[in-house]
Amino acid sequence: MTKIAQLEKSIKKLDRNKGPLIPLLQQTQAIYGWLPEEALRHISEALDIPLSKVYGVVTFYSQFYLKPRGRHCIKSCQGTACHVRGGKNVLQALEHHLEVSEGGTTKDLKFSLDTVACLGTCFLAPVVMVNEDYYGDVAPKEVPKILKNYE
Amino acid sequence: MDKITLTIDGKEVAVDKGATVLAAARAAGVTIPTLCWLEGVQAIGACRMCVVEVQGARTLQASCVLPAAQGMVVKTHSPRVREARKMILQLILSDHRMECPTCARNMNCELQALAKEYGIVDIPFEGAKSSVRIDDSSPSLIRDASKCILCQRCVTVCHEIQTVGALFPAHRGFATTISTAFDLPLGEAACVNCGQCALVCPVGAIVERDDTEKVWHALADPDKVVVVQTAPAIRAAIAEEFGQAPGKAVTGQMVAALRRLGFDKVFDTQFTADLTIIEEGNELLHRVQDGGPLPLITSCSPGWVKFIEHFYPELLKHVSSCKSPQQMFGSIAKTWYAQQIGKKPEDMFVVSIMPCTAKKFECQRPEMYDSGVQDVDVVLTTRETARMIKQAGINLLELEDEMFDDPLGESTGAAVIFGASGGVMEAALRTVYEVVTKKPLENLDFEDVRGLKGVRAATVKVGDLDVKVAATSGLGNARVLLDAIRDGKADYHFIEIMACPGGCLGGGGMPIPTNWPVREARARAIYEEDKRLPIRKSHENPFIKKIYDEFLEEPLGEKSHSLLHTHYTKRGV
Ligand code: SF4
Ligand code: SF4
Ligand code: SF4
Ligand code: FES
Repeated sequence: MTKIAQLEKSIKKLDRNKGPLIPLLQQTQAIYGWLPEEALRHISEALDIPLSKVYGVVTFYSQFYLKPRGRHCIKSCQGTACHVRGGKNVLQALEHHLEVSEGGTTKDLKFSLDTVACLGTCFLAPVVMVNEDYYGDVAPKEVPKILKNYE
Repeated sequence: MDKITLTIDGKEVAVDKGATVLAAARAAGVTIPTLCWLEGVQAIGACRMCVVEVQGARTLQASCVLPAAQGMVVKTHSPRVREARKMILQLILSDHRMECPTCARNMNCELQALAKEYGIVDIPFEGAKSSVRIDDSSPSLIRDASKCILCQRCVTVCHEIQTVGALFPAHRGFATTISTAFDLPLGEAACVNCGQCALVCPVGAIVERDDTEKVWHALADPDKVVVVQTAPAIRAAIAEEFGQAPGKAVTGQMVAALRRLGFDKVFDTQFTADLTIIEEGNELLHRVQDGGPLPLITSCSPGWVKFIEHFYPELLKHVSSCKSPQQMFGSIAKTWYAQQIGKKPEDMFVVSIMPCTAKKFECQRPEMYDSGVQDVDVVLTTRETARMIKQAGINLLELEDEMFDDPLGESTGAAVIFGASGGVMEAALRTVYEVVTKKPLENLDFEDVRGLKGVRAATVKVGDLDVKVAATSGLGNARVLLDAIRDGKADYHFIEIMACPGGCLGGGGMPIPTNWPVREARARAIYEEDKRLPIRKSHENPFIKKIYDEFLEEPLGEKSHSLLHTHYTKRGV
């Protein structure tokens, strides 16, 4: 099934009475991996919600992406504990090696880099999470080694 | 209605149940300052400027959304309230690009007025400042996000009243901004340029594009014949810019002021409003005889035209092919009139004074070059025109009345009412009735289509035919009619639609504030002008007869088709 057909199917199954926009955006992101403009236009028309509002909602929630995401998702923690223990330097090292800035995705769509406020593992600070893997007590120079683990 | 009694600043006041504390205070003679609240537009309790102290309540309450309750004791200017309001103003100003002397809203800005009222002399919060982000992509409006206070009035007007939905808050936190879809420049978004957002914006974050320099330049050019046309609604409102209460028409003084500015001829869009009636009236009769497509819908309002082009392109066949009066004027001024004075179209410079920001877009449409060059060179709104008059040191209110110039300055009562919602319909009926029945119309006032709000419908007996008509203004109302047409549920012959609530007298280029009482006052001035004019039917305008005899030959003829009619463009959303 094409992606747009899957989206059509999700729209058909929607419960229109219960604020349908956010659930539909979540399903759309599950289908595409991100929210392409054509999908948002489709949603705007199907739900009869102005495109500006769809865009406003998408940009309000950090869970939604307007650009394709990398295959691997890196989260660099910038919570208080990580901050104190050099989280910023780790982030800079990541930015340097990946050649993207925070929030960005590498050109080859391999990695996306984000920051988070706290991963809840402060005893490991500074922490980096790649997909489901935690890396604790990370030093900036260890960054290339971590990245090598992913294809 | 049930009444309740409460105490405001020590004074007892009785109000209807359901009234807000803000309204109750007003009934008690107290004005509570507001920023996001706007009567008839929005009450969302967002800015908290309107806070009051309510006895027994722990926190200050936003009075614009607080229902008045029996026995409530309210203080509207206690020290706590005043401190809170000051703090709100200081916070807003700490991230505001303050450049009052060069701002279009200087001296007519709600934020500036409140800062003065609350004696804000310093701004203690040295926070991060949003960078200057000016969007000047639209031919009609300039947006400056660095002055936006995020009150959302523009969003509500654009979504709920106009149902265009071009603007919405996007992003979050400090990055929050009022944005188009995908942060497109406004000029590329599905915006109809109506300028209703600019009318409600409390500050200078959305303003008309100022084209006055182009006009000053043309006026100083000895090689150009510079002529000006004024839309019907201007005369009923421009005095407000000079401190007069709304509702005073200053037609003769406006003409005098324009002549002093240096225009070679001062003409009247009302002349081509009369011409529109002849062309559009004939178009209606043809469509009735030929079986459609009906209903025929008016095309005077460029915001409305762009709306249907974006959102209901499948219904474009219903829109009259007549150009708007402003554009008919442009092509006639640069052909018929230019020939009379021995000039070429490129030697002429046509300025329009319009109540409308969408007219700035309209005059640049590629369809509007029928004289060989751009038919209307520059459109100025009422606000810009007043600015020019003031800059020239002309005191409009002290001038002696003067008359429009011939031949494009002669008009009728039918034309002046174009400025109010329902007016085009009424003007058309006056002419269509007499053309069809060949009998004089007894009562010229079609009260059923008057009134500024909602959709007004009427059935008028014209000879053997019951002509069914409707008139409305505001694009949300237009949508109701369009949906009915699409579903085959609107058996009207003729519909008038204006983009702005109330019609041109509520246009996006009109003096600020423009609210319902102001609109109603302007409407009264317009209908008084109609009564005052010696000729009140378009087909009796002697210069209309002359232009057909000498130049156009016949309504809907070949010349008319090339100069006075147009076609439309499908646009996406
Ligand atoms: S918006 Fe108001 S406060 Fe801001 S610069 Fe303009 S006039 Fe001044
Ligand atoms: S000009 Fe009209 S359509 Fe455009 S943003 Fe403003 S209110 Fe909306
Ligand atoms: S642009 Fe004006 S009306 Fe719109 S949110 Fe900003 S300040 Fe309010
Ligand atoms: S005016 Fe009441 S909260 Fe803004």
